Amino acid sequence: MKNEKASPWKSLRTGLLVLLALIIFAYGFEITDIDLDQLRSEQRQQSLQRVTRALARPDIFEFEQEEQKAMAPVYVPCPADGSTPEIPAPDMSGAYVTVTPACAEPGQDVTVEGFNFFPNASGPVRFVPGSDPANVVELGNLEAQTDAQGHFTATLKLPRRESEDQQFIRATMRQNIGIPRFTETAKITWDKIVETVFLALLATTLGTLLAIPLSFIAARNLMKSVRSPLASIALSIIGWPIGIAIGYFIVSRIGQIASAITSLPINLASVMLAPGIAWFVFRWAMPQEELKVPSLGVRVARLLALFVAVLVSLFWLFQLAQLTGSLSLSIRDSLGPAGFLATFLFQVSNILRVTTPAIGALVTGGALSSLLARMGQQATERGTLASVKVINLLLAAAAGATVFGLLGLLVEWLYQIGRPQYTLWGPIIVGALLGLGLAIFTRAKDTLPIGLVMYTITRTILNTLRSVEAVIMAIVFVIAVGIGPFAGVLALGLHTIVSLAKLYSEQVESIAAGPLEAIQATGANRLQTIIYAVIPQIVPPYISYTMYRWDINVRMSTIIGIVGGGGIGFVLIQNINLLNYRAASAQMIAIAIVVSMMDYISSVMREKFV
Amino acid sequence: MLQVKNLTKIYDGGVRALDNVSFDVPKGQFLAVIGLSGSGKSTLLRCINRLIDPTAGQILWNGEDITAATPEEIRRIRRRIGMVFQHFNLVHRSRVITNVLAGRLGYVSPAWSFFNRFPKEDMEKAIRQLERVGIADKANQRADELSGGQQQRVGIARALMQDPQMILADEPVASLDPVLAHSIMKHLEEINKNDGVTVLCSLHFLDLVHRYADRVIALNQGKLVFEGLPKEIDDQKFKDIYGRDAERVG
Repeated sequence: MKNEKASPWKSLRTGLLVLLALIIFAYGFEITDIDLDQLRSEQRQQSLQRVTRALARPDIFEFEQEEQKAMAPVYVPCPADGSTPEIPAPDMSGAYVTVTPACAEPGQDVTVEGFNFFPNASGPVRFVPGSDPANVVELGNLEAQTDAQGHFTATLKLPRRESEDQQFIRATMRQNIGIPRFTETAKITWDKIVETVFLALLATTLGTLLAIPLSFIAARNLMKSVRSPLASIALSIIGWPIGIAIGYFIVSRIGQIASAITSLPINLASVMLAPGIAWFVFRWAMPQEELKVPSLGVRVARLLALFVAVLVSLFWLFQLAQLTGSLSLSIRDSLGPAGFLATFLFQVSNILRVTTPAIGALVTGGALSSLLARMGQQATERGTLASVKVINLLLAAAAGATVFGLLGLLVEWLYQIGRPQYTLWGPIIVGALLGLGLAIFTRAKDTLPIGLVMYTITRTILNTLRSVEAVIMAIVFVIAVGIGPFAGVLALGLHTIVSLAKLYSEQVESIAAGPLEAIQATGANRLQTIIYAVIPQIVPPYISYTMYRWDINVRMSTIIGIVGGGGIGFVLIQNINLLNYRAASAQMIAIAIVVSMMDYISSVMREKFV
Repeated sequence: MLQVKNLTKIYDGGVRALDNVSFDVPKGQFLAVIGLSGSGKSTLLRCINRLIDPTAGQILWNGEDITAATPEEIRRIRRRIGMVFQHFNLVHRSRVITNVLAGRLGYVSPAWSFFNRFPKEDMEKAIRQLERVGIADKANQRADELSGGQQQRVGIARALMQDPQMILADEPVASLDPVLAHSIMKHLEEINKNDGVTVLCSLHFLDLVHRYADRVIALNQGKLVFEGLPKEIDDQKFKDIYGRDAERVG
């Protein structure tokens, strides 16, 4: 290191930096309202004391209580003529209280003594304003505690409630009897904490299932080698929307046909027969091993057969939904306490009914896209340079127009501009021109690094979504599906997808390359390489991350209720707003117990799997 | 018959790993590839099954141009070329039998792989290959529970599952002790002699070359510096291959 001489310039710079830091912190103090006087103010300290004491006594157990009440008259102030008021002698057969002196000015202390109460009991000793002894209003916050003989002495400060009439001081001593039982708060807390844990479980499951395929697309080492010729990329882009439209149309039609068949025997028969038929067709269309390349006719026949198998499977899904739906309705009442199983079946049938068209549309989109991509690949391999160039120009223009047209439609839907020249024709022309440009500057048979493009896009989307907190996502979902745990599941699920996909993909990127190379060398295609070389290597970290994420989700689901996402957070924030700190304390303890238990369980399970 | 013509590979960083290499390998020959570490042996072997795309040149195998093959054709070519690696490259957490069955992936339909299903004949075949290399009793163990020599036998069984016409062995014995090295080399020799499988094997030790190879090619900094019979490597040739300061051992 060089030993530099101290120069005035350097000292000045240091001084300026220190000054700057001071200014920054001063401004920070200013805008964060740091004010220690708040801590010292008596009112604050009293509130803090009250809340802390309430928090220290969580509302979990309660006793059956019996109470004894006794009261003694008192005059505030003393009569104007200076006489001492007549106080009748108390009934000494039961519990009684005496007040000395029997009259005093407001703000003065009087001594209250109690006799014949329960031993070791406690309760309030309060001033009862007005002359009605049955008045339930009590003033003050004095508490007294009886000794073993049932006697107490307390000093009460008389409030400013002046009256010429007799007023009272009432002592209410309470004693716990029997064994403790759970309070209503404890029961609600238990219900909600169960809801919280399951909310986290469902969100984790949903998130994991969708994060796994995403993580492969977001892994650089897998995507780097994916290259395709331009015609193939363009065709696969065009294939997606067309395939989704066709798929949605076909699946909805099948759905209509299938839901028209409501008779139970036919339902049963089709649910049992359809998988067999689909399996049989599938086996024929997908021979396990082939040494020779099949002829074009055979391949087309197989494609058609596969199509039929898919149609049959879809029909089966709809019929299954139908069957479980009617089954669950008929058995719900006879199940008694296990009725939630029937409800679950019913929900599953609903989920099947709702998701099948969407899944069918996506699968058709993917299938059409990959089929077209394959055709584009073959056309590029076989065509002459000139013809490939022409195909590239046409297809790239069409693909660019499709992408930009769809983006334009999205903009139109979001902002309702209502001018097709800006949101439809404009983007289509721009997209087509960009596509043409790409095709002009790409050599006809060159391959483009589509894998890296997909990787970049996926990573960008994941990073953007990951920076949105789950609580904020919950606000959106609460609007979409209403207040309740379902919104919480969706919000946490989405957040789980994006964060797990990132963590998973980093694991994929760090796997050993050797097995990958070896499996590729056997002639395996990309899917097979993933299944036989990638997945076995990533199972332990995936399990570990999933457990970790469940742990996080339990923690998150405790607060997601604050914005209406269900779970224990909802009652917690309610109780805090109602200043019901004892109940809030019970819920905080429940959260602490569950979170630390999850912590422990997940660490034990991770150790086991890894 | 494998013909390599003017093969050149320049990596992204500008390193010239192979420089205009040409040679022929007749069917059924045991060809040893020798040279210092970094001389381009691994690159050469990986260019032959296109794990690495060559920059220029041509590789013809039984008249088919490997360098011009489409992705689909490469898969069909690869499945007839077995490969054995220095570090075995087994999938550690999978069972031995699964590692061996992976050799059939080029033949089975990808849709079935999705469900981890192999045809029954392949299962039987996998057991037979394990018997052939003498570790059938380890079939259900995890691959990383095996010793180095056993793992390399699994690697050979995996290559055999491909019904290969050629085996590329990339320093198959470099991480094994001399006794194990000979037993692994004997397996390769037996496959070469009995099944008529062409073997291209890169080796470090000249005594192994003398003992097993029919013919030798030598690379130095990506250039082919020797081609001939093992016994033709005299002191002068040795210095050409390994450099002036090299000493013969073993």
